[in-house]
Amino acid sequence: MTLDEISILCVYSAMAVYAIAFIAYSLDLARRSAAAAKAADEQAAGAAVATDAAAGRERVGALQGAAATSASTASAATATGGAVAGTAAANGAEGAPKRRWASALSAGASVDYGRSPALRVAVAMTVLAWALHLSADVLRGLAAGRVPWANMYEFALTGTLVITTVYLVVILVAKQDLRFLGTFITGLVLVLLGVATVNFYVSVVPLPPALQSAWLVIHVFVASSSVGFFALGFALSVVQLMQSRRESMALTATAMKKSFLATLPDSHTLENLAYRVNIIGFILWTFTLMAGAIWAEKAWGRYWGWDTKEVWTFIIWVIYAGYIHARATRGWRGSRSAWLAIIGFSAVLFNFTIVNLFFKGLHAYSGL
Amino acid sequence: MDPLRPSDYDDGTTPSRGASGDGGGPGGGGDATVTSPRLGPVGWLRFAWRQLTSMRTALLLLLLLAIAAVPGSLVPQRSSDPNGVTQYFASNPDLAPVLDNFQMFDVYTSAWFSAVYLLLFVSLIGCIIPRTKHHLEALRARPPRTPARLSRLAGYTERALPVPEGSSVEAAAEAAIARAATQLKKAGYRVERYELRGEASVSAERGYLRETGNLVFHTALIGVLATVAIGGGFGFAGQRVVVEGQSFVNTLAAFDSFNPGRFFDPTSLEPYRLTLDGLDAVYETQNPDALGQPIDFTARVTVQGSDGEPAARTVKVNEPLRVYDTDVYLLGNGYAPTITVRDPDGEIVFTDSVPFLPQDKNLTSIGVVKVTDGLDEQLGMVGFFYPTQTTLSSGAFASSYPDLVYPVLTLNVYAGDLGINEGTPTSVYTLDPTGMEQLTGGKTGVDSLELMPGETADLPGGRGTVTFENADPDAAGGEYAKSVPRFASFDIHHDPSQGWVLVFALLILAGLMVSLFVPRRRLWVKAATRADGTVVLEYAGLARGEDPGLDRAVAEFADAHASPVE
Ligand code: HEM
Repeated sequence: MTLDEISILCVYSAMAVYAIAFIAYSLDLARRSAAAAKAADEQAAGAAVATDAAAGRERVGALQGAAATSASTASAATATGGAVAGTAAANGAEGAPKRRWASALSAGASVDYGRSPALRVAVAMTVLAWALHLSADVLRGLAAGRVPWANMYEFALTGTLVITTVYLVVILVAKQDLRFLGTFITGLVLVLLGVATVNFYVSVVPLPPALQSAWLVIHVFVASSSVGFFALGFALSVVQLMQSRRESMALTATAMKKSFLATLPDSHTLENLAYRVNIIGFILWTFTLMAGAIWAEKAWGRYWGWDTKEVWTFIIWVIYAGYIHARATRGWRGSRSAWLAIIGFSAVLFNFTIVNLFFKGLHAYSGL
Repeated sequence: MDPLRPSDYDDGTTPSRGASGDGGGPGGGGDATVTSPRLGPVGWLRFAWRQLTSMRTALLLLLLLAIAAVPGSLVPQRSSDPNGVTQYFASNPDLAPVLDNFQMFDVYTSAWFSAVYLLLFVSLIGCIIPRTKHHLEALRARPPRTPARLSRLAGYTERALPVPEGSSVEAAAEAAIARAATQLKKAGYRVERYELRGEASVSAERGYLRETGNLVFHTALIGVLATVAIGGGFGFAGQRVVVEGQSFVNTLAAFDSFNPGRFFDPTSLEPYRLTLDGLDAVYETQNPDALGQPIDFTARVTVQGSDGEPAARTVKVNEPLRVYDTDVYLLGNGYAPTITVRDPDGEIVFTDSVPFLPQDKNLTSIGVVKVTDGLDEQLGMVGFFYPTQTTLSSGAFASSYPDLVYPVLTLNVYAGDLGINEGTPTSVYTLDPTGMEQLTGGKTGVDSLELMPGETADLPGGRGTVTFENADPDAAGGEYAKSVPRFASFDIHHDPSQGWVLVFALLILAGLMVSLFVPRRRLWVKAATRADGTVVLEYAGLARGEDPGLDRAVAEFADAHASPVE
């Protein structure tokens, strides 16, 4: 077996494990809906205590920070009832087994959701899939004797690896529990990997002279990283929009209370998270654009020529600049800016797929 | 609003925030002026200016810019793909002229695209100038007074006042505030002590760099646009094809094509000589999936200035040669078969290495030979060159490998008027057969002339002979690797603005990172006297723009400040 064949085997294994992770994440979402429904039912049953507790939580939480929050977690959890309440109360009372993440309640979630075995399995599977994916990528690089991102198959392989990596790093460092984004991330990676292996695969071939440059290493890698951040920002913006729709309807529709969204941070928190992720993506994209211009000067004799790929890189940059401005503009903050982030990421995907495959230009490196 | 921002600027720090983010009404920056009943011309101007420099307008113009850039990727552009435009006109004869009326083939220099970005930049300038003025003032101003009630502010927290043995409460409070001021100063804050109703406090502010970064960023955007617009006018771009062994002198007349900038002075060209000593092309020979794929092109050249010594250099893809204030790029290469035509008496009437333009990845190439003098009739030949010739099942010739393994040249010969005597410029790469009689190939029934290096064929009708010269006549039989000279197509540019664009681009990047990551915040520490007479230390902060770490920063400062009981 050649290295490339082993690499492909790893890709298929990674896809299988991603699929398992995706299912586990979906189960977790289903459980969230169930927990939210239960909480809503109990509330409707007239447990006025819950409302009091929630009101109390808000005041106390705002004033006294972390210590108060864990206590109120316990009190609010009474509303959810059952085993969940038990654990949470124990947590609050002893304060000993500290939660890894800040409580979603402190980020505006209306229902405390507690632990989820499905979620733990999902994350474990994601890490496993990531390891297989990484091996696939490294082996492909070794097989080719160069960085594994010189044609569309390889861009896709490395780009999706970066998306998963960014997701794993962000859930590790974020103070909020962002694991719920895994459904989207594993789903996206699975689809892209599927398309890449089926439609984009090319065997290992040497680099054409135009790609023999240190800028291939820098420019393309930074571009993939920013795509990783934009993907996460996109997911957050989508959830933000759903959440904000739910928030505006929650008063009237009980159905909305029973959604998994009740266990997630409120739209304002989601917006802030999306913004932080997106601006990192934006900075990396700015760098990508500039590095591309420097490379174009060396390879094609001009740093900017409105080649189709350059045009779309520019368009994406401008859309995200618009996103940042929208967030700073009265009347545009919130849902409208979220839409811009969503349009921005759609343009990123468009740039990678349609523009690469069907538009004519100098960037004809898909290898297809 | 502290850093003077457009009036509809929203940094999200206002406490009244609707549950749904969509809450903001249609109200905008200039709305107060809208209701004003009497607007004189000056009033209108001011109103228009306010609108133009509002965040909303900047945002709309940005989105408009993104949309306006799209058509240029859908339709071929004259600047980047002139052949594509010609083709587009040929295949869409009805639509193309209409699109052309809307400047769709020159989107990025079109009136409408320019209008959008110029408006955006006017808006930008209108934004930057007042903010810069305001920022310079803010840099010299004192941090603001401590608010009366810190408990309403972000990250509010309190700590007990440590009162050392034998010290009065007042002295301890005073000492704690003084210590806070020192610690804050050390942490990069600008600090100011205040005394309000007998309560000692310190007010601190940091992160002026954030606004500085934002201003540097936006100003550098203008810098890029200005250098591209003005600086680009001082440069030039020229193309020249050079065959191995030949040279070219950097003068206006020597270029095959030449595009000077608006302000370019042709006398400023340094007349250096560039000789192509050889063009080395390496193709993949091992990997069965990539046979014949180019691995490397290197042009070996000798450069000699008007005064200097000749110097051997190389030009490669990705490694341009920078000499005498010009950049030389290797943007193409191909074969230039040497063809000699003799008249019936054996006298040479034409001999030259003719660049043939590559048509596919295996370098099937097309070239044209024009013999204008020396024969009874002018002679034109359209040649096909196959570096490694094979015969397709259809009987047609093709090339199966880009290197010289089995080179074959076929020639279709035309006799008559080449149409170049009237002085109208014609391309050296095309032949206009009107007014000429075709003698070989095509429908003539006569086979095209077919030559390998070193071979000679008779021209039809006793017109003489044509020879495909072998550039390496001493090679062993069947060895053709060096039998046909290659040509390099060089782009030679001079762009004095390039370095400046890079400088501004780096400023953009630096300004962006500073303005997005440096938190700008205020922090207060107050020794507050409670109703029962006890004194506690209060801490609170205020974000100026995005500042996710504010609460933690306040808490950490409070811990560090209140813990050491001396
Ligand atoms: C060429 C057009 C423009 C581009 C590409 C652009 C780009 C950007 C970017 C990338 C940022 C975020 C980074 C930072 O905070 O420095 C930003 C922020 C900002 N821009 Fe612009 N800008 C443009 C025009 C304008 C104009 C015309 C205005 C004024 C009306 C403006 C006002 C602002 C403000 C106030 C911020 C700070 C936003 C915040 O604090 O979140 N910009 N701009």
